[in-house]
Amino acid sequence: MTTYILKRFLQVIPVFLGATLLVYFLVFSLPGDPIAALFGDRPVNEAVAAQLRKQYNLDQPFWIQYLLYLKSIFTFDLGLDFSGRPIAAVLGEVFPVTARLAVMALIFEGFFGILFGLIAGLRKGKIFDATVLVASLIVIGIPIFVLGFVLQFFIGVQLGWAKPTVSAGASVQDLILPAIVLGLGSFAYVLRLTRTSVLENMNADYVRTATAKGLSRSRVVRVHILRNSLIPVITFLGADLGALMGGAIVTEGIFNIPGVGQRLYRAVLSGEGPTVVSIVTVLVLIYVVSNLLVDLLYAWLDPRIRYDS
Amino acid sequence: MRFTRTSKALGMAAIAALALTGCGAGGGSNDGASGGDTNRVIIVDGSEPQRPLMPADTNEVGGGKIIDMVFAGLVSYDPSGKPVNEMAESIEAPDGQNYTIKIKSGEKFTNGEAITAKTFVDAWNFGAAAKNAQLSSSFFESIKGYDEVNAEGSTADTMSGLKVVDDTTFTVELGQPESDWPLRLGYSAFAPVPAGALADPKGFGETPVGNGPYKLADGGWQHNVQIQLVPNPDYDGPRKPKNGGVTFKIFQNDDTAYQDLLSNSLDVLQTIPTSALANFESDLGDRTINKPYAGNQTIAIPEYLPEWSGEAGKLRRQAISMAINRDEITKVIFNGARQPAKDFTAPVLDGYSDSIPGHENLEFNETKAKDLWKQADAIQKWDANSTFSIAYNADKGGHQAWVEAVVNQIKNTLGIKAEGKPYPTFKEARNDATAGTLTGSIRAGWQADYPSLYNFLGPIYKTGAGSNDARYANPAFDEAISKGLGASSVSEGNQAMNKAQETLLTDLPAIPLWYQVSQGGWSDNVTNVDYGWNGVPLYYQITGK
Repeated sequence: MTTYILKRFLQVIPVFLGATLLVYFLVFSLPGDPIAALFGDRPVNEAVAAQLRKQYNLDQPFWIQYLLYLKSIFTFDLGLDFSGRPIAAVLGEVFPVTARLAVMALIFEGFFGILFGLIAGLRKGKIFDATVLVASLIVIGIPIFVLGFVLQFFIGVQLGWAKPTVSAGASVQDLILPAIVLGLGSFAYVLRLTRTSVLENMNADYVRTATAKGLSRSRVVRVHILRNSLIPVITFLGADLGALMGGAIVTEGIFNIPGVGQRLYRAVLSGEGPTVVSIVTVLVLIYVVSNLLVDLLYAWLDPRIRYDS
Repeated sequence: MRFTRTSKALGMAAIAALALTGCGAGGGSNDGASGGDTNRVIIVDGSEPQRPLMPADTNEVGGGKIIDMVFAGLVSYDPSGKPVNEMAESIEAPDGQNYTIKIKSGEKFTNGEAITAKTFVDAWNFGAAAKNAQLSSSFFESIKGYDEVNAEGSTADTMSGLKVVDDTTFTVELGQPESDWPLRLGYSAFAPVPAGALADPKGFGETPVGNGPYKLADGGWQHNVQIQLVPNPDYDGPRKPKNGGVTFKIFQNDDTAYQDLLSNSLDVLQTIPTSALANFESDLGDRTINKPYAGNQTIAIPEYLPEWSGEAGKLRRQAISMAINRDEITKVIFNGARQPAKDFTAPVLDGYSDSIPGHENLEFNETKAKDLWKQADAIQKWDANSTFSIAYNADKGGHQAWVEAVVNQIKNTLGIKAEGKPYPTFKEARNDATAGTLTGSIRAGWQADYPSLYNFLGPIYKTGAGSNDARYANPAFDEAISKGLGASSVSEGNQAMNKAQETLLTDLPAIPLWYQVSQGGWSDNVTNVDYGWNGVPLYYQITGK
């Protein structure tokens, strides 16, 4: 097991180098001069622009810029963004906020998705099943920003049950509505995935055996049906954590959450290479780690899966 | 088993939290109940400053608003845009070129450091020197010696035009006479900064210390979240705060801010988002404002394009201008959030006139437009396959709707091909504009940095000027402008500027479309909201209800 985990962590190194190189190159190739854009509508003051390019290494060719950036990573000093702040500090501000939001969304979609999916599967064809299926179709069909604005308007503005935007500190309480909006789409998928999986397992031999053994209904459902049905759902949830963090930009925009998506969007628009690459790299690492966790969970859920050769 | 139990617990937490939101809501604001509350902390919308908060390094609105409140320069502008002395005792120059500036004695920064003539001279020298890479350094360009300190790679750091006479007096020698120079002294780049700022501008920019009506609260700048300002008790100028502080809540988009305004979580929203323009007056009742400010929108047509050069080009530009129905677009597309342009400046400025000879070129006139186009065709035939394009940036500003409307009017009136040409980002559009590689016209706009007619004309239309996207060059205009700058008073200068505009209205290097209007709104909790000449709310006047 340890060897396996170690191997997986070694794989992170090429992924990390590849991702930083690719993203750095993409930002480098963006059209337009980021320093000129700092001057806005006003004429560019060449003397000042030259000084700024030097400060941000923008006067160097691509490879030198990239190597300088790599060097800054290994010395744990990511350099400064355009507002003169250490990029490391910026990361420290935005990631906790988005992580809180994404984990809340994950808990929401995981818990309710599995619960509703299980009930729907167990009562196939009944009214609950039908209602939930139609509702999930609607949720999947409506784009997230529509859901966001509608919920924000009715729950936040009309009913006043929650604040329409997140206030300073982005507390758990403020993030509930955004987390539901963010998790709604995946919630519908989790629900449908669980339902299908439960239906399949209900007809499996071991379930029939367990029932024939005289085990209680609840034990059959919990240990034999649910646990075995969770494998595809866990795969989905694991991959979704990364997607939620990177994809929270729309939700963050609607509820004015100062998270990863907003900062990344601003950095892309202003062409701040190091900021973009730093944020994306952390996102990539989160993907890699969450996928590793999913693989380890498999072994726990299904003892037939073993990672040691 | 374990798995189930954990999820149950998590679910409980989620439900408990949901219940909390239900209870916690609705109890937001009881403090606005009493009348004329000068202790209320006003919550307004803002955006994250792009650069450290140094006066000479801040050239965009997000940081600019903060700088204006935290610092006080020699003068500040009253609501109508007239400069009034703030730190200055007097600013005098009989010849318009050699200024003697006396400052009030006994003024201090909030850290206790005294403000003397040397403070100003040091701050200006620092702002102008290229080696300090301050974005607004061009504001010092009129001062003698600027060219030396602002040359690329220059290590010089003092301008020869600035001299300290005594603690409260310094002199400024300009490179040439400029009658409107004192008007620009209220711009934030000219604010004084404490000595510490010059030694460590980045560190200072995080926690600026100023002399303005407000100061930054302890830890008041939470990046991307909010900026909290509290009144500066020692401030004694024309902008004395009438509230208990101002908190700028940072929003990524105006639509979100509008929802906050509707639920009274936000007190003042500077700009109503386009999506709410149709219904904000019914949503907010009389808690709205509709006031022009010193900004306009134009379409610049580069004269380096063969079909737009010479006499034929001029006639064509006049035809295009007359083919645009400004009244209709300002009503239908903007719901009155713009006013049709009558000149190249803005109506809130001192010296503005809506009846400069040539202003009729900015009025919709279908028959005359067709006629002018025909005259141009007689000189140089318009290629029926070529398209008149208006370039705009699609990332912000919501330009697409009006560009399409203008394009359609031109198509319908003149019967030529026309289209909008979106650039993905502002940065890319500016690249082509400054490099002189445009293939058609481009939307241009100007928002004044200081309330002066010259600011709308010189930097954009003078031969070789930095923002001259059209590459317009007309010696007659240049001469009229320098005559205005050499005038002995601001009002005499204004007359000369309007004379220069007559040339522009005939040549139309850019086609003025409309003036910007601020449309803002406020919540039930505040009152006394008014906007300044530049479209920014006068935050210091706002009180609780």
